[in-house]
Amino acid sequence: MHKNIVLCGVGGQGTVLASKLLAACAMTKGLKVMSAETIGMAQRGGSVFSHLRIGEDILTPMIAKKTADIIIGFEPGEAVRMLPYLKDDGAVVVSNKAVMPITASLSKSDYSAEQMISYLKSKVSKLTVVDTEAACKKLGTPKVMNVLLLGAAVRTGEIGFTPNEIMEEIKKRMPEKMYAINEQALFYEF
Amino acid sequence: MHKEFLMGNEAIALGAIAAGVNLVSGYPGTPSTEVLETIAKRRANQIYVEWSVNEKVALEVAAGAAYTGARTLVTMKQVGLNVASDPLMSLEYIGVKGGMVILVADDPGPISSQTEQDTRSFAGFSKIPCFDPSSAQEAYEMIQEAYVFSEKYHTPVFLRPTTRVCHGYASIDVKDAEEYLVNSPEGFVKDPSFVIFPKLSFQAHKRIEERNQILTDIFSKYEKNIIHEAKGAFTDAKIGIATGGISYTYVMEALKQFGMLRTLKVSTPYPFPEKLALSFLDGLDAVLCVEELDPVIEQALVNVCGKYHLSTKIYGKTTGNVQIAGENSRDCVCESIQEFAKANDYILATDTCNACEADKEQAPTLPVRPPVLCAGCPHRASFYAVKQAMKGKKTIFCGDIGCYTLGNAMPLDMVDTCLCMGAGLGIAQGVGHIEPDTHCFAFVGDSTFFASAITGVVNAIYNQARMTLIILDNSTTAMTGHQPHPGTGLTMMGEIVNKVNIEQVLRGIGVTSVRTVNPLDLQEAIEAVKAASEEPFVKAIIFKSPCIAIEKQHGCMFLDDTKCIGCEKCIRELGCPAISKDTQGIHIDASMCTGCGLCSKVCPVNAIGGENHA
Repeated sequence: MHKNIVLCGVGGQGTVLASKLLAACAMTKGLKVMSAETIGMAQRGGSVFSHLRIGEDILTPMIAKKTADIIIGFEPGEAVRMLPYLKDDGAVVVSNKAVMPITASLSKSDYSAEQMISYLKSKVSKLTVVDTEAACKKLGTPKVMNVLLLGAAVRTGEIGFTPNEIMEEIKKRMPEKMYAINEQALFYEF
Repeated sequence: MHKEFLMGNEAIALGAIAAGVNLVSGYPGTPSTEVLETIAKRRANQIYVEWSVNEKVALEVAAGAAYTGARTLVTMKQVGLNVASDPLMSLEYIGVKGGMVILVADDPGPISSQTEQDTRSFAGFSKIPCFDPSSAQEAYEMIQEAYVFSEKYHTPVFLRPTTRVCHGYASIDVKDAEEYLVNSPEGFVKDPSFVIFPKLSFQAHKRIEERNQILTDIFSKYEKNIIHEAKGAFTDAKIGIATGGISYTYVMEALKQFGMLRTLKVSTPYPFPEKLALSFLDGLDAVLCVEELDPVIEQALVNVCGKYHLSTKIYGKTTGNVQIAGENSRDCVCESIQEFAKANDYILATDTCNACEADKEQAPTLPVRPPVLCAGCPHRASFYAVKQAMKGKKTIFCGDIGCYTLGNAMPLDMVDTCLCMGAGLGIAQGVGHIEPDTHCFAFVGDSTFFASAITGVVNAIYNQARMTLIILDNSTTAMTGHQPHPGTGLTMMGEIVNKVNIEQVLRGIGVTSVRTVNPLDLQEAIEAVKAASEEPFVKAIIFKSPCIAIEKQHGCMFLDDTKCIGCEKCIRELGCPAISKDTQGIHIDASMCTGCGLCSKVCPVNAIGGENHA
C-alpha cells in the first residue's frame, strides 16, 4: 500500500487531528507512515496543510506535486490552492463552506465557495463536495467538521481504510461522551 | 524497543531522556518548542525542566549544570541563539564536564521567524561541533550520540534540526524505559579552568582548533556521514550530489525516479568530514550541493577542492543552480537535479518534472490568507484603543515579537516597526530623541517583557526618554502555544510559585505612571492612553486580559439585520475574522465569535448585541 494524502484548510479548523487519526489507523495496521503539519504563525487563521504519506519505501513526509492520491479540503479555496499536488486521476473531498479571509472582506473581492467548487468540478473527476454546514447544523455542533470530512474521504475508498477503523482510533483518543456524536459524523449520509 | 508515531521534536525529547539527561532549559520559539514540552510531559522524576526567562539564561543554566557533570539540554529557535551567543562563545573556551546539547531549530522559509540564519554557520563561528538530522528517527539517535561526543571532547554540541524535521511525524523505533541511561553527576569540583581569563583563552583556543582538526577525521568515519554509490546507468557517471538535513530525503526520493547518482550525505556540517568528502569527490567532474539556508556544504567542498587541487566543479547556491533563499521542496530539488544532469550531458531515467507541469494549470485567483489575530483577541481591543486615542496626532508605534506582531495587518495597521525580541523599546526611545514632537509608543507582550524588555525600561528611565510603554498582558506566551512565564506563577515542574508582578517591576525601576486597564473596556482604555500620552517622560499602560485561546469564553454577539445599515465599520476598523460580508449582508460566525463585544462598541447604530462575558 502506498498513499499520499493532503489535508488543507484554515488554521483552527482541525486538520491536524484528522491527519493524526489517519496516521494512527496506518500505525494500527502496521504500516509505515510519515506526516508534516503547519505549526506556528499560520495556525492563527492562515492557510494550513498536512502532508500524510503511507508506504514502506517513503523517506520524507513531504509530498511532491502531482502525486497526491487524495486532497481533503476543509475550505474550498484552500483545496484549490493545493490542487497542484493532486495526481492526474486523484480524488478531492471538499467542504462547500468558504472561510472569508479579512483581506477579501476589506478589498471587497468576490471570493466565494461556488466559484471555487465550480473550478474544482472542471478539473477533478473524482470530486465529493460535502455540505458541512448543513451537516454540522443537523448534528448540532461545528466541532465535528473534521470527522465529517474524514468520513466522506474514507468512503471514497481512496485511502484504503474503513470508517470502522477510523472509529476505533477516535475511541482511543477521545472521551467516551464524544463517541456518539463523532460516530454520527463519521457515518453521516450526505 | 517499541514503535511510536512521534513528531520530530518529540523524538528528540525521548532521545534526550534515553541518554539520561538531568537538566533541560530553554525559551519557547517555533519550531523548537515541543522538545522541552515533551520532556516536561514524559520526564522521569529525576529530570529538572524549566522555561527560562530567555535563551541567554537558559544556556547559562544548562552550562552550570553541565559543569557538575550533569547531562544537559538547552532548547531554542535560531534567533534565540543570537540572544544566547554571549555565554555560548565563551562556554566553548571553558568547555563542559557533563554532556551538553544545544538544540537550535532552524526555520527555512522562514515560516515563523525574523531571519533565515543558519546555525551550521554559527557552529563554524563558535567552533562548536554540529549535528544535522534529516529525519525524526535520525534525530532520535543523533541526540544520544551527540552526548557521547560532547562528553568525550568536553565541548557543548549543536543539534540543529529544521522545521520539517522538527514538525514532521514518523513511526519510529524508541527505547523502552528500562533501556534508558542513568547519569549521576559527580558535582562541581572547584578548578581555575572554570574562570575565563586571556591567558587561559589563548590556550583554550589552541586546544579547540587542534580538537576540531581531529574531529574532521573522526566525523569522516561517523556512521551518519555517508557516501551512497552510484548505481545502474550511472555507475561510472562523473557527477554527484552533496546534501544534508531534510534536503537529503528530497534528493533520495528524486534519485529513486531519476537513477542513483553518487551522493554524499553530510550529517556533521562542522567540523566538516574532509576525508570522506575527498573520497566522494574522487573521479567526479561536477557536484551539485542541495541544502537550505547558507551554502555550508558547498563552501566546505570548494575549500576541499582548493586545498587538494581538485578540478571538480562545485555547483549550488553560489552558482545559481539551487535557490539561494527560502525552503526547499521536493519539486524544486527535482528541478535542480534535472538541470544539473542536463548541463553535464547526462540523461535521467525519467524526464517528467511534476512541478513544471502542475504550475501550468490556470487556477482562479485565490485570496491571500495571512495569519490574523484570533476572533476575540484582547490585543485587537488594545491596538484599537491606542489608535482611537491618538487619532490625528504624530505617532510611531513600535511593535515586538509575539502574536501582537499581527497588529500590523490591515485594518488595524498598528505596527510601524518590528525588529527582534524587546527591540521596540529602544527604537521608540531613539526616534523620540530625534523627533521630540512624535508620540513614541512601544508595544510588548508579557512574556517578551520578561525575556528582553526590562533592560529597555531601565535605559528609558535612566536616559530620560519620552515614551509610552504598552504592555499587552494576556498572561501567557501565546504565539508559541501557551507556555507559562514568570508572570504566570506556574513552572514546568508543575509548581505554583509567586508571580512576578509587571506593575511592581515597572514601579521598582522608577516608572511612576503605570495604569492597568482591561482593553475590552474600550472607553476606559482610550481615556487611559490619552492621559498617558500627555504625561512627560516614561509612562506605562498594562492592558490586561487573558488570551482568548486559553480562557474559554461562551458568549456570542449577534447582528440585528433590521438595524444594520451596512456601513461595514465593524469590518473596516477591526478586521475580526468572525465578521464577514457576502451578498446577503454582514454575518457574525457563531463558531468563531467569543462574545468579546468590541464590535458592539464600534457599531454606530447599535446593531450588534449579545452576551458579553468580557
